[in-house]
Amino acid sequence: MDLATLAGDYTVRTVVAGAALLGIVSGVLGTFAVLRRQSLLGDALAHAALPGIALGFLVAGQRALPALLAGALASAVAAALLVALLVRRTRLKGDAAIGLALSLFFAVGVILLSFVQGRAGAGQAGLETFLFGQAAAILRSDLWVMAALAGVALASVAALWKEFELVTFDPTYAAALGLPVAVLDVTLTALVAVAVVLGLQLVGVVLMSAMLIAPAVAARQWTHRLGRVAILAALFGAASGVLGATVSAGARGLATGPLIVLALSAFTALSLVFAPTRGLLPTALRRRADRAGHRDRDVLRALDTLRRRHDDPTYAAERGMVDATVGHPTGRTLRTLERRGLVERVRHRPEEGRHWRLLEAGEAALERGRDGPDAPEGRA
Amino acid sequence: MNAIALQIVATGALVGVAASTLGTFLVLRGRALASDAIGHAIVLGIVLVWLATGATSGPLQLVGAAAAGVATVWIADALGRTRRVADDAAIGLTFPALFALGVLLLNVYARDVHIDAHTVLLGEIGFVWLDTVPVFGVAVPDALLWLSVVTLLNVGFVATFFKELELGTFDPALATAFGFAPGALGGALLALTSVTAVASFDAVGVVLFVAFTIVPAATGYLLVDRLARILWIAAGVAVASSVLGYLAASAADVSIGGGMAAATGVFFALALAFGPRYGLVAQRIRRRSERDVHENRALAVHLFQHAGTREAGEENVVGALRDHLRWSERKARDVVARSLDAGWVDRDGERLALTERGRAAAREILHPERRDAPSAR
Repeated sequence: MDLATLAGDYTVRTVVAGAALLGIVSGVLGTFAVLRRQSLLGDALAHAALPGIALGFLVAGQRALPALLAGALASAVAAALLVALLVRRTRLKGDAAIGLALSLFFAVGVILLSFVQGRAGAGQAGLETFLFGQAAAILRSDLWVMAALAGVALASVAALWKEFELVTFDPTYAAALGLPVAVLDVTLTALVAVAVVLGLQLVGVVLMSAMLIAPAVAARQWTHRLGRVAILAALFGAASGVLGATVSAGARGLATGPLIVLALSAFTALSLVFAPTRGLLPTALRRRADRAGHRDRDVLRALDTLRRRHDDPTYAAERGMVDATVGHPTGRTLRTLERRGLVERVRHRPEEGRHWRLLEAGEAALERGRDGPDAPEGRA
Repeated sequence: MNAIALQIVATGALVGVAASTLGTFLVLRGRALASDAIGHAIVLGIVLVWLATGATSGPLQLVGAAAAGVATVWIADALGRTRRVADDAAIGLTFPALFALGVLLLNVYARDVHIDAHTVLLGEIGFVWLDTVPVFGVAVPDALLWLSVVTLLNVGFVATFFKELELGTFDPALATAFGFAPGALGGALLALTSVTAVASFDAVGVVLFVAFTIVPAATGYLLVDRLARILWIAAGVAVASSVLGYLAASAADVSIGGGMAAATGVFFALALAFGPRYGLVAQRIRRRSERDVHENRALAVHLFQHAGTREAGEENVVGALRDHLRWSERKARDVVARSLDAGWVDRDGERLALTERGRAAAREILHPERRDAPSAR
């Protein structure tokens, strides 16, 4: 299938729209989750939604998306409350509390699922699509439900933006200002649960945590302003959603969810490595340049010191003396400096070996370095 | 119980003992979620080993999965060390990516093989008796055989390195100083967790493996303090959960693996509620008795401060507790009754007066520094 046919395909358009929607919502809410150090809560919420889905099915008596999503939301929030209770009231650490809630809710979900499937006529419920995500199963009517939920979630974030920002970065100050911190906490967690529930049908339980974490981590690499991180995360999420859904539609047999997550992982990896200020590569290059600068200055300073000590502005020092003054071999640095015209080599008699002399340009460079921002302490 | 039931319960119990033995250390070290990450990432290991060798089970798979599991944690740790990503986010980034890769490889190469994502996530303990191997002429289920080996391995590892693991868990710095190589032991712990995960996933699936890793250990941790006792309780909870979970699930005709995992939750809930020292009920009782003591002391100080002053007649009466200390009628009545019982207070109609004992208590609260210097009195 070529791109034009794909774009015209009704199912494909539905899936792509749903994936983009999910990317936006999980990008924005994942930003808060990651900054609040609750990255893995999303994983717990996703697993914990399972019993709610089964209960929603049992209550509604059919695969009605609003009922399933309501159930999923309720059980996800219940799991979040359990995690909060365990962390506050027991000596279990956060990770154990999350793992506990995750696996126990999931176990109950597996039991309920097997119960649902065991009943006559309910075998076709297709509830397992929520485990692994089955993008192709999304109907146009599902899309409207998802859009409504996404709209509510994004509108809530926009309306409570300042409050959420404060609770995220400085909960103590927020409390001092009289903000209802606990209520805001629960609200934010519930909104994360909304994002998770939206994603279940598309990417499934396991991959949902990446949908929340990856866009935020990628976006954080490029800017430190919360608003921009959220918007960038939404863009990364949406782009991955569209990319994954389109590739999956084009290459039959490749699951949508894993493709979206791999696209996201690629964005994240690229951002981690290449982002200008926080990227690992630019940081490493900067550090290397700094080190080279220090080496150069050390050698120039050694030549200058030796020259002063001999009261001879044109004094040429032997390699060994430069090495001894700096404290380590300097041959390579000297050759680099020679290429840059800062020092020159002088040959006296053959048996005396090479000597090095500081040139005017080198003197100037040393002067500059002394007043420059990188000047060593006590010298500036 | 017939033979099949026995085999199913034994499989569950072995998964439980093998997982919770390692899980105890993971929970105490704050690495509980490594089991979740490892459990999912081994899918990629399983697929890669299968693509390379064609083996779907056996020692090669165990080794491959162990490598994948350790690699996952290693990648996550390395990501965390860059300081660009928080540790928990690093885990949450790594394992979904590897899982996604594994699923896509399955999509492409292995559509009809039995290693599909469903089995990995859910497992089917009810069918463990289907694949058997003969051992001394007896048909033993595949899974049971491998799980026995893995359980022995784990228990042997913990028994052999108990002292080192204990110190590495509670005081890594001291362990390093002693030359116990806590890093290597931590790596071995994760490798064994991976091996256990791959041996278990056929039976119970990844998520229920996580339940068996974390929940029994957490139960023990809420009940006792000694490491050895936590391990014993965790193993006991795991075995009991397998039996109870099987009985309940087969009676209700629902998922057996789910039933076993949920049964661990029942034990945890009991420990959470009724644990002798850390349980919620015990905490509540302790808080209440602390509050009682506090209130008695507040009354003693109040009476002491006003005794012999002009307002004594108006302050040292039951009514003043309501009006001046803003205590409710009932609270005032309770505190007075407790103070009378304790022999701190005498009551004369509405008027309250401290006894010698009550005065001593109030003095000590107000002037604790004089306790050891009787000459200053």
